[in-house]
Amino acid sequence: MMTTTSDPSARSVDLREPSGWRRSKNQIMTGLMYLAFVIILIPLAFVLVTVISKGAGVISWQFLTNGTIPPNVMPVGFGGMGAAVVGTLEITGFAALIAIPLGVLGAVYISEYGGKGIIARLVSFMANVMTGVPSIVIGLFIYTIWVLHFGYSGLAGSLALACLMLPIVIRSSYEMLLLVPDSLRQGSYALGATKARVTLTVVLPAAIGGIVSGALLAVARAAGETAPLIFTVFAVEQLNPNLFSGPDTALPLQIFANAQSSYVGAESRAWGAALTLIAIVFILMILARIITARFTRFSR
Amino acid sequence: MEEQQDQKVVPKLDVPASAPREQFAGNAIFDVRNTSIYYGSFRAVTDVSLSVYEHEITAFIGPSGCGKTTVLRSLNRMNDLIAGARVEGDVRYRGVPLYGKDVSPTAVRRRIGMVFQKANPFPKSVYDNVAYGPRINGIRGKARLDEIVERSLKQAALWDEVKDRLNKSGLGLSGGQAQRLCIARTLAVEPDVVLMDEPCSALDPIATGRIEDLMQEIKTQYTIVIVTHNMQQATRVSDRTAFYSVLRDDKSDTRTGVLVEYGPTAQIFEDPHDSRTQAYVTGRMG
Repeated sequence: MMTTTSDPSARSVDLREPSGWRRSKNQIMTGLMYLAFVIILIPLAFVLVTVISKGAGVISWQFLTNGTIPPNVMPVGFGGMGAAVVGTLEITGFAALIAIPLGVLGAVYISEYGGKGIIARLVSFMANVMTGVPSIVIGLFIYTIWVLHFGYSGLAGSLALACLMLPIVIRSSYEMLLLVPDSLRQGSYALGATKARVTLTVVLPAAIGGIVSGALLAVARAAGETAPLIFTVFAVEQLNPNLFSGPDTALPLQIFANAQSSYVGAESRAWGAALTLIAIVFILMILARIITARFTRFSR
Repeated sequence: MEEQQDQKVVPKLDVPASAPREQFAGNAIFDVRNTSIYYGSFRAVTDVSLSVYEHEITAFIGPSGCGKTTVLRSLNRMNDLIAGARVEGDVRYRGVPLYGKDVSPTAVRRRIGMVFQKANPFPKSVYDNVAYGPRINGIRGKARLDEIVERSLKQAALWDEVKDRLNKSGLGLSGGQAQRLCIARTLAVEPDVVLMDEPCSALDPIATGRIEDLMQEIKTQYTIVIVTHNMQQATRVSDRTAFYSVLRDDKSDTRTGVLVEYGPTAQIFEDPHDSRTQAYVTGRMG
């Protein structure tokens, strides 16, 4: 680094930002930006601090694994949320299994195959419309077409959550596929690749990071949904490991049920369940990041 | 150089479409006859006729918008990827109509490779970039792929620079290296013809020089067609040059590209037969 003070001629040129309105504008806007950042952090920090402070005391190995959710009147220390943890993992996991492949394939169709055709535009339009459908309506929809015929089950919950996730996965994957530069596709075509090859070996790998992010967003959103599960899963207090038959339970349902209660034990269990849910989503996010880092290690 | 044939090539522009094919026979790789290319209703190029010969470097020069890239891309059916693009006329590759009914664009492109204006390495490792083409052609064995990757990178004069970083990302290379990687990737499938669309336009003179040397070396095995904006480059590397120009119609306010003159490079630059060619190569136009 050169020192500028030793050279007198260096001072004759003033390269600083001119003072006046322009500099003030810059300072005001920078200040506003920091302010906005802090304002955004407030609710996030508030939620996290509240949930951790009220829920951390409840969490124990027994709380996470015990399969019997005690009646509301019981104090903390009896039973646990194991049934709801298993239910959430099963129901959300199976919903992801339905929605992510279907959503990614839909996005691939719209972006790579459909062109400006009527089917591609229809799928795209329906995905947009579905994004706006309230989750409780989706719950009622599955209730009418599935639960009325086959009864409550974890699977019904998975179907409802999959309906919720599908448009999110389609939209986000589609946006990511659009970002893949056309020059990569052309490079692959020029080597004699078929369209399927181009899509599988160049386009999807180039977009995988964004696609996983979008899918995770959908999983996180679905894992916390309560309304669609009320009509499809029911909320039982016993562990039901079978996803495909019999009423089940999930963390959001138990948060809802326990938080409504006026008993101290139930309230604490609701906080504990809330913290557990946040932790599950957080762990999923980290896992997915680690996995995608492997796929995207050549994109920089 | 077969002087006899060169003499014939120059006035060939005036030869009617019905002229017997034998007249152009010989070692022609491409025979383009009275071909027009459209993008939707826009006629990008009108009535192009030329032949490209084996183990030669053929340069396409001309001002922007004259359709030279369009003609190049029609030679391996890359224009098929553009919605609304249409080729009318007769484009033959080794005597086979390229736009015939049962011709698969995929099969065409496996024989006729392309290097693009902007280097477009895949976001994969250097090794996987070069092995990409062989792999889609069904070559799986590690030893076989290693051998192809090394040979291709050596042909592209890149091996010494990347042999220790074959497993690093292809996106981490410099502009010139990335372009040579793309050339290596094209050579890895052992194409018959390599089409180059302004491969040096984004490179500095040193990188450009390396790629020009490389073209000279590989032309013993391949046939090369290159589009270039750089007339010095055309004189340095090519055996034949085609000069394209833009034809404007003020009445209907349309423009279209035409092939003005095609012949041995020395003739095009030193003794152009058409006044437009002369104006262009001497820098008075375009």
